[in-house]
Amino acid sequence: MIDKTIIKELEEIVGPKNVLSRKVDLVTYSYDATSDMPKQAPDIVVLPTTTTEVQRIVNLAQEQGLAIYPRGAGTNLSGGTIPLKKGIVLSFQRMSTIIEVDPDNLTATVQPGVVIQELNNAVAPFGLIYPPDPGTVATATMGGSIAENSGGLRGLKYGVTKHYVMGMEVVLANGDKVRFGGKTVKNVTAYDFANLFVGSEGTLGIVTEITVKLIPSPKYRRSMMCLFKKLEDAGNTVTGIIKSQVIPATLEIMDKMTIETVENYTRIGLPTDVEALLLVEVDGMAEEVVEREAQAVAKVVKENCGELKLAGSDAERDQLWAARRAALPALAQLNPTVVLEDATVPRTRVTDMLLSCQKIAKKYDLKMGTFGHAGDGNLHPTILTDANNKEEMERVHKAVDEIFATALSFGGTLSGEHGIGMAKMRYLGDEIGESGLRMMRSVKEALDPHYLLNPGKMVPAKEA
Amino acid sequence: MTIAGVEKSRGTATLYDELGPVREELNKCMKCGNCMAVCPVYLTDKAEAGVARGKIAVAEAVLSGELDIVDPDVVAMLFNCLVCKSCMQNCPTKVNFDRIMLALRAAIVRKKGLHPLKNMIFSLLKQPKLFDAGMKVGAALQGLAFRDDPSKKAISPRSPFAFVGKNYGFDLHRSLPELAPTPFRDWVPEVVKVKDAKTRAAFFTGCSVNYFYPQVGEDVVEVFKENRVQINIPKDQQCCGIAVFVHGDVKTVRELARKNLDAVEKSGAEYLVTACGSCGGAWQHEYSELLGDDPVYGPKAAYWSARTYDISTFLTKVIDYRLPTGKVEAVVTYHDSCHLKKTMKVSQEPRQILMSIPGVKFKEMAKPDACCGSGGSYLLTHYDTSKEIAQRKVADINQTQADQVTTGCPACMMQLLDHVGRFGRGQKIAHYISLLAESYRREKSGGNGNVR
Ligand SMILES: Cc1cc2nc3c(=O)[nH]c(=O)nc-3n(C[C@H](O)[C@H](O)[C@H](O)COP(=O)(O)OP(=O)(O)OC[C@H]3O[C@@H](n4cnc5c(N)ncnc54)[C@H](O)[C@@H]3O)c2cc1C
Ligand code: SF4
Ligand code: SF4
Repeated sequence: MIDKTIIKELEEIVGPKNVLSRKVDLVTYSYDATSDMPKQAPDIVVLPTTTTEVQRIVNLAQEQGLAIYPRGAGTNLSGGTIPLKKGIVLSFQRMSTIIEVDPDNLTATVQPGVVIQELNNAVAPFGLIYPPDPGTVATATMGGSIAENSGGLRGLKYGVTKHYVMGMEVVLANGDKVRFGGKTVKNVTAYDFANLFVGSEGTLGIVTEITVKLIPSPKYRRSMMCLFKKLEDAGNTVTGIIKSQVIPATLEIMDKMTIETVENYTRIGLPTDVEALLLVEVDGMAEEVVEREAQAVAKVVKENCGELKLAGSDAERDQLWAARRAALPALAQLNPTVVLEDATVPRTRVTDMLLSCQKIAKKYDLKMGTFGHAGDGNLHPTILTDANNKEEMERVHKAVDEIFATALSFGGTLSGEHGIGMAKMRYLGDEIGESGLRMMRSVKEALDPHYLLNPGKMVPAKEA
Repeated sequence: MTIAGVEKSRGTATLYDELGPVREELNKCMKCGNCMAVCPVYLTDKAEAGVARGKIAVAEAVLSGELDIVDPDVVAMLFNCLVCKSCMQNCPTKVNFDRIMLALRAAIVRKKGLHPLKNMIFSLLKQPKLFDAGMKVGAALQGLAFRDDPSKKAISPRSPFAFVGKNYGFDLHRSLPELAPTPFRDWVPEVVKVKDAKTRAAFFTGCSVNYFYPQVGEDVVEVFKENRVQINIPKDQQCCGIAVFVHGDVKTVRELARKNLDAVEKSGAEYLVTACGSCGGAWQHEYSELLGDDPVYGPKAAYWSARTYDISTFLTKVIDYRLPTGKVEAVVTYHDSCHLKKTMKVSQEPRQILMSIPGVKFKEMAKPDACCGSGGSYLLTHYDTSKEIAQRKVADINQTQADQVTTGCPACMMQLLDHVGRFGRGQKIAHYISLLAESYRREKSGGNGNVR
């Protein structure tokens, strides 16, 4: 239980309305979107609306030795916002003003609680977009997606969150406020701090303002679905497309199990007699270029024995993407628990990784569907299970270990976009080694020596 | 035998009778947070406790014994929900959140009993004569407490009542529809015969049409007459019971359901038609779910569930309605009532009807299916949240430049009347069926019918 006087002080800082301390409220901050994680309610939830309030909260937490868990919409998939060691959940959902849209400099400046889609709605009238679009664009916050360095469907051509962050304001664990970067296209002053804080999962500082880059919205696009009888053909198509010097905006894959499940769930007429399906979209500012790229893709598909279906209208295109978006929900329907990973490999190893996933599922007798951003080498092996079935969960954990080991053996990485959080922390050493872990700790301890910010996530504390 | 005894002997054990079965529904939630994008309460409060995901977490804590369902904080949290089903539209794993919420509220009532005030009001519903008498006294006295606003056919509170009622939103700017001096069913004949009737339909009016919007009832009758449908308005029909069901009073809603089933069965109609999303939803879904195991009423509920239509669906899909030719010059927008769209799945039909009226220019608003914040009694108990939700709605309405806002649910009409009055530009509020009736009337008067 937290001291009454601390509650009072917090109420003074942000106003009583923005402090939640009743048990019912606390229960609703004990989870995020990650399955198979322990639940833990915080001592208190505080919802600041200004940077000064954040600084004062940090100072108080530091005095009292309370942990702080920054939280956006709580949609992350790595246990990143669970208040493991109790303390304060710092929710940014009410700190959500779009401070400025500057169409001449192609930038926008926002508070961390702004939902990604809201930013896109605000810049659309200028013919601009903010490209990073995780599946959760309509709910996830700018702060949360920056802290996770989130990707999305357009990552292959347009990059991920880190490619769009130009400047930030951050409150550090000692209460200091720092600002770096800004609206200039170029900036080499000091270290590249923006890139340090992007993807830092709330462990290094609290992001209180963000300036991002916007781009003109592409005017033309061609969307298509490609069907393959052999997984290898799909994999070769992915590399073939890139080799032909076409960078599609989107290049997604679904395996047989995913296709069948999506078709069962949505009944949109996907063929279920194929081994793999690719969804490709090329886009751009000039119609002829887009058309030429679409033809180049078609040629590669043909060379690899694929069958191509072009979306003839916006409605057909929407259907293709509805199928892709239905992948996770459709799989999730089948069983009570979904364990979703995002191991990522170099693009040329996508086929190997897909085959390995199938083998691992067979070996541990598990239901697994794999889909993902094939063009990025970023796959989502998704295991369908039941957290209440202890015996099966043991097999799940073994399978997950093996998926990670396989990805690393292919020169890949543990996580392409979902982050390490608490879910993947114990594997960290496997990828970056002891020296890597030591560097992680050095950076962490330089900025947050007492592990005040999001403790238990990403950086394994040294064993005492 | 007591009523409670009747319940048991009929073996109607659903998740509204015991909390256990709700777990299966809870397990479907993967905490993805998609519901946050659409939940009107969350979008206003920006706190997890407002949204389905948070409420599901609390339900899980109740089932695991971590929280007590009758803890006043838990009760308050569970009642801070419009049961608008918006979350369900966006839920990838199709969690039936309405069932979870209603099961929890029923569990509260089982453990704690109904709040004495609610008990008093709900018991009144079961005694139609008393309820009716009460509403009539209210109609006679309303002039004392409210000032008439002839321009809008609405009334605003007159101080000092405004002062007393301030916490419930009864400030001086509040507009409420006028209680009808004579309820609709008191003066409309039980059977409205037509020559060469195509078919016979019963009209379930619901309380709002009966007591507040008799005009809408009259318009329904007009439309039926013009389409040669014989209409029967059973005198024995009562409140649909949804209003008490959302307060966890399962016993009363079951009683009302049985009485309504008897009343409609007696009418000998082939179809049941409603002009209110909540009433229609009750007939299509809740009655058969609540009475599923009842050997007598279960089959009756199922029978009528398949024969219940919103009037727009009835006109466009069951009978081929006659296209109107009377001109009604108006720029019209349409608000999708939650119960009409999300429970009855009716959204295209009213638009089709509106667009078929000569002179009507239809303008779609942004997010037409965003909840208006009414939620039945939610607007009374959570006036500030309700008002903020409505304010967003009215902003979208204003954008369209329409001069009339139509909808298919009288509860939404009341909410819109209040908030279009506060934040709008004097737009008229109407049931979509009234525009069709108006067009038919103008045919007869050569284009110069009564403009209401
Ligand atoms: C159905 C589904 C689909 C998804 N699809 C994708 C996808 O396609 N691509 C992808 O990359 N991810 C995806 N995700 C994961 C998730 O949506 C993203 O990581 C998202 O960007 C998280 O945003 P959030 O606001 O919910 O952050 P939260 O979950 O609240 O927080 C995430 C992390 O950020 C930290 N944080 C939050 N705010 C701040 C701040 N102001 N300062 C410092 N740290 C902060 C938190 O401490 C936490 O470590 C998906 C998740 C779901 C459930
Ligand atoms: S959208 Fe559905 S599954 Fe997702 S959190 Fe809300 S209720 Fe749960
Ligand atoms: S029913 Fe409506 S108010 Fe209740 S949680 Fe769902 S969306 Fe929110």
